[in-house]
Amino acid sequence: MSDAREVLLEIRDLRIDGYTGEEWQPIIKGVDLTLHKGEVLGLIGESGAGKSTIGAASMGFARDGTRISGGSIVFDGLDLTTAGREEKRKLRGKRIAYVAQSAAASFNPAHKIIDQHTEAPVMYGLQSRAEAEADAMALYEQLRLPNPDEIGFRYPHQVSGGQLQRAMTAMAMACRPDLIIFDEPTTALDVTTQIEVLAAIREIVERFDTAAIYITHDLAVVAQMADTIKVLLKGEEVDEAPTREMLTDPKQDYTKSLWAVRSFKRQQKPLAGPDEVPVVSVRGVSAAYGKVKVLEDVSFDIHRGRTVAVVGESGSGKSTTARCITGLLPPTRGEILFEGQALPPRYTDRTKDQLRHAQMIYQMADTALNPKIRISEIIGRPAQFYSGLSGAALRKRVEELLELIELDPAEFYDRLPPELSGGQKQRIGIARALAAEPAFIICDEVTSALDQLVAEGILKLLDRLQKELDLSYMFITHDLATVRAIADEVVVMQNGRVVEHGPKDEMFRPPHHPYTDLLLSSVPEMDPDWLTHLLDARGVDNVGSAETAL
Amino acid sequence: MAKLLRLVATRLGLGLLTLLVVSVLIFFAVELLPGDLAEAVLGQAATEETVEAMRRQLGLDRPAPVRYLEWLGGALRGDFGTSLISGAPVGEAIATRFANTLFLAAYAAVIAVPLAILLGVLVALLRNSIFDRVANVATLTSISSPEFFVGYILILFLSIRTGWFPSNASLSGDMSLTDQLYRAFLSALTLVLVVTAHMMRMTRAAIINLLASPYIEMARLKGVPPWRRIVRHALPNAWAPIINVVALNLAYLITGVVLVEVVFVYPGIGQLLVDAVAKRDFPIVQACCLIFAATFILLNLAADVGAILTNPRLRHPK
Repeated sequence: MSDAREVLLEIRDLRIDGYTGEEWQPIIKGVDLTLHKGEVLGLIGESGAGKSTIGAASMGFARDGTRISGGSIVFDGLDLTTAGREEKRKLRGKRIAYVAQSAAASFNPAHKIIDQHTEAPVMYGLQSRAEAEADAMALYEQLRLPNPDEIGFRYPHQVSGGQLQRAMTAMAMACRPDLIIFDEPTTALDVTTQIEVLAAIREIVERFDTAAIYITHDLAVVAQMADTIKVLLKGEEVDEAPTREMLTDPKQDYTKSLWAVRSFKRQQKPLAGPDEVPVVSVRGVSAAYGKVKVLEDVSFDIHRGRTVAVVGESGSGKSTTARCITGLLPPTRGEILFEGQALPPRYTDRTKDQLRHAQMIYQMADTALNPKIRISEIIGRPAQFYSGLSGAALRKRVEELLELIELDPAEFYDRLPPELSGGQKQRIGIARALAAEPAFIICDEVTSALDQLVAEGILKLLDRLQKELDLSYMFITHDLATVRAIADEVVVMQNGRVVEHGPKDEMFRPPHHPYTDLLLSSVPEMDPDWLTHLLDARGVDNVGSAETAL
Repeated sequence: MAKLLRLVATRLGLGLLTLLVVSVLIFFAVELLPGDLAEAVLGQAATEETVEAMRRQLGLDRPAPVRYLEWLGGALRGDFGTSLISGAPVGEAIATRFANTLFLAAYAAVIAVPLAILLGVLVALLRNSIFDRVANVATLTSISSPEFFVGYILILFLSIRTGWFPSNASLSGDMSLTDQLYRAFLSALTLVLVVTAHMMRMTRAAIINLLASPYIEMARLKGVPPWRRIVRHALPNAWAPIINVVALNLAYLITGVVLVEVVFVYPGIGQLLVDAVAKRDFPIVQACCLIFAATFILLNLAADVGAILTNPRLRHPK
């Protein structure tokens, strides 16, 4: 559709090296890219695919520790690989703008939002300070920020994440650039907030006919935003096609596998009988951090061999519930039962046997594993502590556990966490929890830091372990696709309360609690028209205020 | 704002508490000195009667806690007792000396602080250039050299060889300000050389530490030129560590300059303290130590408040 339009950016045989501490290794291995004026290109791939590196290179920028080693990047007739430092600098912000993943980290904490917004247009002499401020307010209004005349005069920490991300999009628009690089702009946001930002970005890009490179690892998101999708794998292009064609008829095996990830779904188990004693029972629990109440009368049961998914936005109290169950945060009211017996509220008062039965797996395997301790000890310590194993028996147990999580004991026994990939680290986290031989495991966002293919592997492993060891899971997540895949029952939390609770099949069938409905409808779908239809259904004007309306 | 005032009030209260503890330490440290104070003061002239008379005169016949409370009560009213040697009130002896010390400290600080921050910003901007390396070597050299050595070198070149500045910095009250500044120049310059290096290196490190932040990359991708990235985007977030190291150096300028005062024969409080220790004039020693402790506590408090004032999250709560 854009063939007749003028070419804006042309990248040919781009090669970029990264410095690994010893030598330069290729990370982008000859990528071509053509972008026409007003076109939106989606760049998709797993972490390490080089999406973000290509995004930065489109501005003639190589991050520290990387270098552009070959090829050409021609932006509107100027080759950025040979252009001078000043020539490149003067394009940035003015003709090519950038929207980063974390707006909270990318706004300077020391200056008001509007001061950062007006910096580029005033610096380039495009507008006076007063004009730039008026324009900023107009953009804030177009992006449906609340109080557009006032919000810019706040400091970044005084504004919510979703609003900041829109303010950053406004900032990128300040000089009306020809091209904007969006580098995972909604990855850090909750689904309900993500919708507003996606809608705002799409609308403003269309209004000003700006070309964009939209980088993400979320297929459903890129389907809403891009005219064309390019799939990357390990620094090389795998596939490129117009969005609809790519979605309906993927050509390459890798692309198909990416598409297939979301199809994993295990059978829902029959509900537990009314007489069955739940493994864990949360009864009327309220909790507070100091004077701030975070949980209010939370109750639900988790039965043997079942998975209860706890879903909700950040700040809804999911992780606090987990802290109450494990005894890290004693509840102010209510109690936690384990197989019908009340547990002492504080973990320090619990017996070793009570402790062993509630284990945790964490979101960030990176920080949950001590980088200086060998795998054998990470897994061996809980086995020794809870089961009193030592010597050859301990070694045998660790090897068994490694086999259980599908890692070769001979290869991994003596290694250190930093030598492992993200998925492998998460498997070690699982083995560490299993070493205590628990009945119940809390999985706190265990897949949200992983790529989809790797995440699927972890979900399948957890499912297999559940069948083999008759484990119960409490699965904390904000990702409803994960819930669909593995849950038996679902608990929906909002502002520290349980708003809906029931078997999975019921939860995904209307009628819903309005909040559940909002959560469910906010999960992006692969249909490229999904966002348009959703906005029509909700009424466009409601989208911007969805956050405040709740 | 009320929150900030409460914070300052709490810190001030804690500072006073610290000062109280320090006053106990100072008072009883003198008590712990071996031998009898009266004997020590009298030295050769100590006979049984004179020692007894001296003890009564000094109040040593009464228990130590009572004397401590009296001393503390006096100190609170600005009365530090009388000198054992001259018999003059300690407050008077210290006042002019302390004023001289403050003058020299202010003199050095007014030059050193802006210079250090300016140089720090400059080397951060030109990091890894020849200029940065030369500055690095020069500052390391000046940190590593003892201040009396720096002082003698300056005297050799700027006073003896060229005759540009006087090597003797003794001041008197009837001199004009320009004259005082001229006389004290070499001692001030020595101090500037010693403290600038430290503050400059901290400024450089604090700024460079921030250059990897996403908001600096954002500024770069907005086309903000390098000097503006440093001055406008990095520096405002680097104030807290810089203010802290400035406060430490100011405290050094007031309390740690004995050697420089000796080299330039400068009539400051450091010299007074050294003399008093040699002559066992304990009321003066105690008063000087208390002043030094108060200086440290006040400057650290100022640094804390400064760090809070430069933090937008604390200045503009949600």
